Amino acid sequence: MAADEPLVLGIETSCDETGVGIVRGTTLLADAVASSVDEHARFGGVVPEVASRAHLEAMVPTVHRALKDAGVTMADIDAIAVTSGPGLAGALLVGVAAAKGYAMALDKPVYGVNHLAAHVCVDQLEHGRLPEPCMALLVSGGHSSLLLVPDVTSDVRPLGSTIDDAAGEAFDKVARVLGLGFPGGPIIDRAARDGDADAIAFPRGLTGPRDAAYDFSFSGLKTAVARWVEARERAGHPVPVADVAASFQEAVVDVLTRKAIRACRENGVEHLLLGGGVAANSRLRALAAERCEAAGVSLRVPRPKLCTDNGAMVAALGAEMVWRDRAPSMLDIPADSSMPVTVTQA
Amino acid sequence: MLLLAFDTATPAVTVALHDGSRVVSGCTQIDARRHGELLVPGIVTALADAGRDRAELSDIAVGVGPGPYTGLRVGLMTARALGDALGIPVHGVCTLDALAYATGRTADQGPFVAATDARRKEVYWARYADARTRLEGPGVDRAADIADGVAGLPAFGAGAALYAESFASVAGPEHVDAAALAELAVERLKNGGEFLPPEPLYLRRPDAKVPANYKPVTPN
Repeated sequence: MAADEPLVLGIETSCDETGVGIVRGTTLLADAVASSVDEHARFGGVVPEVASRAHLEAMVPTVHRALKDAGVTMADIDAIAVTSGPGLAGALLVGVAAAKGYAMALDKPVYGVNHLAAHVCVDQLEHGRLPEPCMALLVSGGHSSLLLVPDVTSDVRPLGSTIDDAAGEAFDKVARVLGLGFPGGPIIDRAARDGDADAIAFPRGLTGPRDAAYDFSFSGLKTAVARWVEARERAGHPVPVADVAASFQEAVVDVLTRKAIRACRENGVEHLLLGGGVAANSRLRALAAERCEAAGVSLRVPRPKLCTDNGAMVAALGAEMVWRDRAPSMLDIPADSSMPVTVTQA
Repeated sequence: MLLLAFDTATPAVTVALHDGSRVVSGCTQIDARRHGELLVPGIVTALADAGRDRAELSDIAVGVGPGPYTGLRVGLMTARALGDALGIPVHGVCTLDALAYATGRTADQGPFVAATDARRKEVYWARYADARTRLEGPGVDRAADIADGVAGLPAFGAGAALYAESFASVAGPEHVDAAALAELAVERLKNGGEFLPPEPLYLRRPDAKVPANYKPVTPN
């Protein structure tokens, strides 16, 4: 770590995690996260107002935890980065207000950055600077996108995305069908370990010859799982939970990896990067590794804790912008709930 | 003393700076949808207009509502971040108290109500004996449902103007002004008056329903 690399504090509040990370250049120093997930569980999904209230309460303590973990003081910080979109409007606004407040008080520049680009950039903290270009498969509860990334600070090109549910949303809904709880991702992953992924042939959405090559659809799959489970129950048979979980999960990760590899091949890109909460799924990581190897594509996957929402990824992107001499954002930037992925900085 | 006051609990994004003897600058913009964009630039403007630096600030006074949540949180988060980074205290003041203070009313003029728009056909309100003395509230109710003793009083603020038929009379100021908030806060600091913690007065629980039991996708 070079001492002249920028020390950046990153703030993330786009959904239910209050994340504050600190990085120096591409070196991770702190990754403090306070989650309100337990408060949302009984509602079966994230409640925006509950998340926004939790962000306000968690912010200052989380900033201090990050500073302590990094062993730095506020005065050492060179710049503040914050997720300015996309995400839940009220939740984003808390993070943006905090970032501007700290930036103004410390007289440091603020960078309002794109949440999706931050999910891509976080891998720099583990595997060094990103190859250019790289292909990114971002899958979470709110997003499922294939992105061609020539420059994560300024040039991110969407190739395709989900036309209905995000992949993580499908995990949540199937977990509900199976009565397993919320959030569905880790629960399905665990349940699927004892199941047979070939037990039930669930549909692979948008994989026909005339379907959009890089778009995804998980809504039909979710309904197919519900119908299958309900038919079993009505016939008076027990539901083989592990087999349903494994077969559903396989249908999701099969389509995700197949399309990601195809995107790499058709665009002549040699590096695939996984990001987003669903990239913490063990089967997605394993199948992506297998298929990348067969296709001669190098795979980069951050550790699970950096795949889910966190402040370190925001700090990583902010640090890269500082490093590349990008101009900071203005103090009047809005929180933009529908910030396009092509807009890397507000 | 250099006290920075601001409030985002009403459509006004309002900032003022008080040097201990008077309000030295201020910046108020009315835009219910852009609190997050306008507040910090407003603070920068107020400091610049007074020729003062943020490092000179000794206190922050922030309106803690009640008010619509999204805008309200902008003020509180900004106040907490500034207070934390500058190492100065953050004093919470009920937004309705600042509105009442701005009326300048004395006890001789009789009790009155300060009310702001709570949306959903309701008002945030409190009852006062004079400009400095709150007797009841803050609460959130339909103007028509507030007990007769309250609703029959003269009322101040945009919440009263919206439901003028429920009050004896309606007058300005319409929104809270940070200048009044600053003066009230300085007065309380000098007299050892009490402040609220910088916590939002939401007065309502989040809108969220626990979902009903699992609904099958296949019809029976």
